[in-house]
Amino acid sequence: MPKPFTPKVITANALLSGEVVYLTADDRWSPHLSDADLLTDEADAQVRLLDAEKRSHEVVGVYLVDMVPGADGPEPTHFREAFRRTGPSNYAHGKQAELKRSA
Amino acid sequence: MYSYSDFDAAFVAERNRQFRAQVERRIDGSLTEDEFKPLRLMNGLYLQLHAYMLRVAIPYGTLNSRQMHKLADIADRWDKGYGHFTTRQNIQYNWPQLRDVPDMLDALAEVQMHAIQTSGNTIRNVTADHFAGAAADEVADPRPVAELIRQWSTDHPEFQFLPRKFKVAVTGSPNDRAVTAAHDIGLRIVERDGEIGYAVLVGGGLGRTPMIGKVLNDFVPQADLLPYIEAVVSVWNLLGRRDNKYKARIKITLHEHGIDEIRRLVEDRFAETRQAFNGADLALFDAIKAQFAAPSFTKRPISDFERAYESDPVFRSWADTNLSDHRAEGYAITEISLKAHGATPGDATSDQMRVIADIAREFGHDELRISHEQNIVLPHVHKADLPVIHARLKSHGLATANIGLISDIIACPGMDYCALATARSIPIAQQIATRFDELKLEHEIGALKIKISGCINACGHHHVGHIGILGLDRAGVENYQITLGGDHRADMALGGRTGPGFSAEEIIPAIERLIGAYLDVREGKDEPFLDTYKRVGMAPFKTALYGAEDAKRTKAA
Ligand code: HEM
Ligand code: SF4
Repeated sequence: MPKPFTPKVITANALLSGEVVYLTADDRWSPHLSDADLLTDEADAQVRLLDAEKRSHEVVGVYLVDMVPGADGPEPTHFREAFRRTGPSNYAHGKQAELKRSA
Repeated sequence: MYSYSDFDAAFVAERNRQFRAQVERRIDGSLTEDEFKPLRLMNGLYLQLHAYMLRVAIPYGTLNSRQMHKLADIADRWDKGYGHFTTRQNIQYNWPQLRDVPDMLDALAEVQMHAIQTSGNTIRNVTADHFAGAAADEVADPRPVAELIRQWSTDHPEFQFLPRKFKVAVTGSPNDRAVTAAHDIGLRIVERDGEIGYAVLVGGGLGRTPMIGKVLNDFVPQADLLPYIEAVVSVWNLLGRRDNKYKARIKITLHEHGIDEIRRLVEDRFAETRQAFNGADLALFDAIKAQFAAPSFTKRPISDFERAYESDPVFRSWADTNLSDHRAEGYAITEISLKAHGATPGDATSDQMRVIADIAREFGHDELRISHEQNIVLPHVHKADLPVIHARLKSHGLATANIGLISDIIACPGMDYCALATARSIPIAQQIATRFDELKLEHEIGALKIKISGCINACGHHHVGHIGILGLDRAGVENYQITLGGDHRADMALGGRTGPGFSAEEIIPAIERLIGAYLDVREGKDEPFLDTYKRVGMAPFKTALYGAEDAKRTKAA
């Protein structure tokens, strides 16, 4: 029996900055996971992935990754994605610095 | 020190010009990522987890002060004010913007540096003993031959699309500080009847399938060296498993065909390559060697050193751990630790780079080396200058007295940066260093090498750590596996696994228990960890890690 589809978001790295980005419901690339569109339908997810992969002038390394719904948008199920959404743990660099500034 | 010829300079400029155009074509959409990726990798540009990363070669780990200043300027202008020095004698910038990379490469070219062949299936940056040209125990300086190989291999038409990456390391001393047995080719300079030659090891490597290099030829005379190496690479280039990247390295080729068969094939091929070399390589070698002439050492009293050593315990402790024997009287090799307790191993801020560069210029014959242990070396300083040097280092957080001790940890970038990682390594290194500093035990423990990798690729050399730590992903949780008894020196040994791994929370207490067991069973302070391990074996350490019952069970398993 095929495994049931688990919710996912589409993520990649921005071409120019390399920063982690997420695909939003209106097909923008956002640096914030909370803006990401949580995809719950497998067929939809596959089509969105194919479309996103075509945008190679904007992003690199597009993939689908598991997330769960949370109070403030999608939440990672794996620690790798938790680091991608935050930044490295040895310095307050990357997204966590931006978030602090905007907070 | 080696200075670029016009040919080198024109070559690098041309490569940078090409890459600038390639970046533009990528940005304007005329190159896809699939087309661009191999091109950027050939120029040292990776995409990591959070950003691009530019890896810059520091051939045989040698830098002068101008180059170090440039590295600092690049860190300030295009990165976040720091750089990461790696086990491969590279510096990595973790935050460049794609558009800026061509400018960064041009800035590097101004001081004769580049990022060519730091990646891809080519012959990589040749590494050498970081005490090259200075060590008291040296047969000959390994850098001229490293430079010869670099020139021969850079853009070598036959070797741009090898089955896999190919790494060469050279040591000029019987005390191998270049981990030669963990390289595709390891060269050890030896002397036989007054003649200098090379013991050639092949098929070493860490990574997924760690193997210790085997001696293919115990004496290759200088005149035969390049044709001989060319024969080795050429034989592998044909036999290497291009069908499976996990089986493509020469270590697997050697394993599959056996050393005798490889030796026979290399000898056959060597008969041909030798004809093709006309002696130009030897003339070139002599010209290169002249550029690595030792600085003129002076004879001066060392009373300033002795006075500080007697009167200042902080200086003494630093001198005891961070200095090594120099071949010239009155001189010392000085290691600057990039492992301040709690800091990221191998990281230096731009300010620190400038301080180090200025010290090298004022006191160190303008020479610096980067060690594979992620520290910086002042190869030639007179002992009389050490008190002043120490004071300056201290005021910039660079006088940590821990070379070779438990907090002098090699750690790869791990999941804080690396896209291939299965777990983090940096925080584990930070916590171990902080913990043993709190316990004030590190000098009591003595010589101990901890090496940490964030995945089986083993960039952190964990297999050859006295204590190796490998970070894995076990069902979505970081898990750390311990190996014991690895040795990175001439008689290289791979560590053995203790048993099941530990979570991120458990790993520091586990290391503490291991060290406790060592302190209990060692025969006094003169028996370092590795010797104790060799004497008593795994058992007491297993018990310390898993308890008496569980240790028995893991043995039975
Ligand atoms: C983005 C960062 C990095 C990537 C993608 C990367 C990738 C890899 C891969 C795939 C291997 C296994 C190669 C094989 O066995 O065929 C490897 C090995 C290795 N890398 Fe890295 N690495 C990275 C960073 C580093 C750093 C920072 C260092 C130095 C601290 C380093 C030093 C080494 C060494 C020493 C080996 C093992 C030697 C061997 O395979 O023989 N790497 N790396
Ligand atoms: S060992 Fe793994 S995690 Fe560490 S740098 Fe190498 S590839 Fe990345």
